[in-house]
Amino acid sequence: MQFEGRVWKYGDDVNTDVIIPARYLNTSEPSELAKHAMEDLDETFVKEVQPGDIVVAGKNFGCGSSREHAPIALKAIGVSCIVAESFARIFFRNSINLGLPILESGEAAAAAEKGDTLRVDLATGKIENVTRGATYQAKPFPEAVMKIIQAGGLMNSIRDEVLAREATYAQ
Amino acid sequence: MGMTMTEKIFARHAGRDRVEPGELVDADVDLMMGNDITAPIAIKRLKDLGMTRLPFPDKLFLVMSHYAPSKDIASAAQIMISRQFAKEQQLPHYYAEGAGIEHVILPEEGWVLPGDLVIGADSHSCTYGATGCFATGVGSTDLAAAMATGRLWFKVPESVKFELNGTRPQYIMGKDLILHIIGLIGADGVLYQAMEYAGDTLRTLPMEERLTMANMAIEAGAKAGIFPCDDVTEAYLSGRAKRAYTPEHSDSDAQYARTYKVDVAALEPMVALPWSPDNVRTVSDMAGEVVDRVFIGSCTNARLSDLRIVADILKGNKVACDTLIVPGSKQVYRDAMHEGLFDIFLDAGATVSAPTCGACFGGFMGVLGPNERCLSTSNRNFVGRMGHPTSKSYLANPAVAAATALNGAITHPKDVLAVTGLQVAG
Ligand code: SF4
Repeated sequence: MQFEGRVWKYGDDVNTDVIIPARYLNTSEPSELAKHAMEDLDETFVKEVQPGDIVVAGKNFGCGSSREHAPIALKAIGVSCIVAESFARIFFRNSINLGLPILESGEAAAAAEKGDTLRVDLATGKIENVTRGATYQAKPFPEAVMKIIQAGGLMNSIRDEVLAREATYAQ
Repeated sequence: MGMTMTEKIFARHAGRDRVEPGELVDADVDLMMGNDITAPIAIKRLKDLGMTRLPFPDKLFLVMSHYAPSKDIASAAQIMISRQFAKEQQLPHYYAEGAGIEHVILPEEGWVLPGDLVIGADSHSCTYGATGCFATGVGSTDLAAAMATGRLWFKVPESVKFELNGTRPQYIMGKDLILHIIGLIGADGVLYQAMEYAGDTLRTLPMEERLTMANMAIEAGAKAGIFPCDDVTEAYLSGRAKRAYTPEHSDSDAQYARTYKVDVAALEPMVALPWSPDNVRTVSDMAGEVVDRVFIGSCTNARLSDLRIVADILKGNKVACDTLIVPGSKQVYRDAMHEGLFDIFLDAGATVSAPTCGACFGGFMGVLGPNERCLSTSNRNFVGRMGHPTSKSYLANPAVAAATALNGAITHPKDVLAVTGLQVAG
């Protein structure tokens, strides 16, 4: 899995209240949520973001509420991948579970500026800043997490078990 | 080498003798929770998967708390998804609008118990750790997977110990302890870790104060906040616990990533300024800062003991700014009503509403306008948290909130006492 996209750069502690403000949580429709992604942090984001773009941030990205609406909104608007120094725990889980690629690299995050082009290889964790001609290595995923990513998210990873049980009900 | 209570809970629920921090385990969960905002996504995931029957309906709690009673047509449609699912699956634990906030209801009714492993699709599910369970917030897809299989993947967290020693001075509540700690370690102070409490202060720290402290563990980035099961816990659970339970206790040689010591006797009432719960000052430092309104509610501080102290301070006085009081659950509402607290609130000029999250997250009923300043007993003061992106919220304990309501400016409760001559219970 490889991605290439333009960088949107943010700082530390970007919380889920700014990624998708609570006033829009009366829906869980991805296309509706996408319209308000990052609205309270950066009004230009929704207007100018292009499919494939990459969000880059500092420490503790996605802190705050557990709302899965946050990674859903970013995924729905076309963000291909997030690179940060570190992620808040629930945001990390939600992204893995949804199949939204996220990578941890403080170096890559610190060096990238808005508008740079990044090339990311999810399997190897290699992050290349094409604009600056530098390459970084992200922290590798534990095997159990990689399995969920390879299955295409958490629900896909339990599909067989659930369908097997459902089949016993039909008998 | 010994294990922490957190490690023991994971080991037991993963069917193992021991686990190490950092390990990924599949563990059985005792109880799972979703609310009107997070459950619809989980339900949709299960339908997409083709699941027709929930294998453990008695473990699932659905609580309509956030936009309930429905704020608008879209939120009504969200609630209808959960209500319909509860009917289809004949869920024994569906809480309709007006029941209150999940993090107030579940401990109060004795569903979350020492030694349990609990997940909730709401970040403040860490609240339940006050009772000695390991409880953590997850996303909707996590909830869906747990609903479908009864288990979930976890990374066993390291534990960080907080030793609280000394007697709480008057007006120092659980809120001040946790705000002090978050101010000390920062919003990412214990990322992915479990905050475990110890020390002699616990002997006189009531369950409701522990719930406030465990509630805000997430505000320091923690995966959980967890209290030992002690005499206070047993007394709280007696006659309340809905199941038998198996407490876990940390070994004396358990490993902690770090240990912090807090001198509780030296603390003052605290306030967190915009835009982060770690932006903490003493109330004395901020005294006189004008606010436009006060909100007393949320899963952090809307339990009966909170409302009692508010009533003590408001009694016989008049509020100087809009003051909204929202009991955390139907039981709190009923108890407060029977004790006559509502009369005190209404006589003081405050507003009392039915239990809901409402204003806490800028949802509805008490939303802040441009530049409006609110002192709130809730847990978050991020940009736009309670309304307009330029609005500001200040977080403090209920006594400070009540004193502030009387002055229309941030006020130390002892200063109200000086003005009115009221006797306020510490
Ligand atoms: S009261 Fe506030 S913090 Fe608590 S669950 Fe409701 S919205 Fe979340």
